Amino acid sequence: MTAARTRRRVGRGALGALALLVAALWVFPVYWMVLSAVTPDAYLRTSTPSFLPTHFTTGNLEAVIGGSGFGTALRMSLAVTLVTVLAVLVFAFLAALAISRFEFRGRRSFVLAVLFVQMLPAEGLFIAQYKMLSTASLLNSVLGVSVLYTAAIVPFTIWMLRGFVASTPAELEEAAMVDGLSRFQAFLRITLPLLAPGLVASGVYAFLQAWNEFTVALVALPSESAQTLPLWLRTFLAASVNRGVNWAEVMAASSLLAVPVIIFFLAVQNRMTSGLVSGAVKG
Amino acid sequence: MADTLVRAAPVQATGPRRRTRTRPGPRSGIAYLLAAPSLAILLLGLGYPVYWQVITSLQEFGLAQQFGQPPEFIGLDNYARIFGEDDLWAVVVRSLLFCMVNALLTVGIGLALALLMRAVRPWVRIILQSCLLLAWAMPMVAAVTVWRWLFDWRTGVVNWLLVQVGFDGYAGHNWLAQPLSFFFVATVIIVWMSVPFVALSIFAGLTQVPDEVLEAARIDGAGAWQTLRHILVPMVRPVIAIVLLLQVIWDLRVFAQIRLLQDSGAPVSETNLLGNFIFELGIGRQDFAGAAAVSILVLVLTVLLSWPYVRSLMKELS
Repeated sequence: MTAARTRRRVGRGALGALALLVAALWVFPVYWMVLSAVTPDAYLRTSTPSFLPTHFTTGNLEAVIGGSGFGTALRMSLAVTLVTVLAVLVFAFLAALAISRFEFRGRRSFVLAVLFVQMLPAEGLFIAQYKMLSTASLLNSVLGVSVLYTAAIVPFTIWMLRGFVASTPAELEEAAMVDGLSRFQAFLRITLPLLAPGLVASGVYAFLQAWNEFTVALVALPSESAQTLPLWLRTFLAASVNRGVNWAEVMAASSLLAVPVIIFFLAVQNRMTSGLVSGAVKG
Repeated sequence: MADTLVRAAPVQATGPRRRTRTRPGPRSGIAYLLAAPSLAILLLGLGYPVYWQVITSLQEFGLAQQFGQPPEFIGLDNYARIFGEDDLWAVVVRSLLFCMVNALLTVGIGLALALLMRAVRPWVRIILQSCLLLAWAMPMVAAVTVWRWLFDWRTGVVNWLLVQVGFDGYAGHNWLAQPLSFFFVATVIIVWMSVPFVALSIFAGLTQVPDEVLEAARIDGAGAWQTLRHILVPMVRPVIAIVLLLQVIWDLRVFAQIRLLQDSGAPVSETNLLGNFIFELGIGRQDFAGAAAVSILVLVLTVLLSWPYVRSLMKELS
């Protein structure tokens, strides 16, 4: 009995060590990005890499932020993201109301279509989207790329919000109406506050999608002056490939793109994935 | 990262049917109004491009048409032309192989990590989960960039490590110059990015296995391996099926990672996957008809593969 217990404890210890090793392996690229971003380039070119922040500097970050292109790309990213998030939230919210609060002809087909188009890959559509935007003279414009982003993000957002709307009891709203509120007032005061977490989650989802997107941006924003941050990061690296990459600055650029997203993701992830994953799995 | 939270969705598939309260009848006019903006943007952003591709793939769309000639209907000639090329078939086979290897590796490692999370102490599990989340949160372009730095031929950590453990041949080894090692690097990146979602989803499924069942198995004398094989894995099989399906769908459309890795001077025609092939054909060589034909193939494949997933989601809609 005790022998078995000891064996189990040893086994558990070994598994624990393995788990920590895997954890280190998985987080290392993120750590290495941030570490390289705050290390002078000269120290990254040594034959033996240093795995600890021994020569901290903010010089790389300053060089990247002050360099050409970053400001323009940041503004472009912010504009595209803002337009997309607003459009997605409004459109998806209305559609979610329609499918979860109303019975109408074609409801099933609408939902089916929404679920299918959410699976369509950008790679199977971007040639036509490129032609469409170029015909409409909307290449390199915030509007053009935002339309494509909104169309790509809205389906999943409708599905996500549908869950939230469906779990908000319509009875509460009806009770408020019995108490003399109009339907609109009842909706505004009772239902909307209950939906706030769902709207926040959907907004964050849309933000992350639009902020990180690369493929559609590549075809819709071919001009270097209209690049969003992911495109700019690619150009930043490509520009230096032939003359020996300054990895410190490239990692500083990567960090500028990634760190805000990581912080945002971690701040809301718990609420979002616990809502989506465990709530759904538990049953 | 593009798939960050879409990747949180599939687990819903195993969820309960929630009764939705719907109001019947006369108010359906409002419902159409509410759904109209979404419908309009979907038709504009996705519907019209699909329609355009179907039409274009059936037309002659050459230089004359670029300069305003009306296009000529030529039936399936574009398909015959493109699918008659060995180039395309090489790309198709490569894409399917790449997809299968990546999807199986991702789900295999994800399952192993989920079981590992279950076996270790809570504080160890939380560390592992946090590290996976950090990797999951990385924007795709930033992730590929970091991996290019890790695999850098001159001062990358991977070559340094290999030399340290005795593989001297890897000093100055250029991973991205050969197709095979190029795809090895691409696989490492994609598996690294995708495993967190799979591991956390399967783990969420594992936590739902009732303690009584495990207790009963122990009393009946089941060992760790038997419990794993006959109780845990069968009980999370639906989750595994869904994440595997999603991985197959997502790994079939790998484009951006390949494109970004090719920037380092890799042999482009030997490393193209389907998406890259379409991009090069359409935007690079302006062969819109041919690119449209291949796009249709990709869309049809996606719809066929998505069918079981969509059906499982529809079950949720009462």
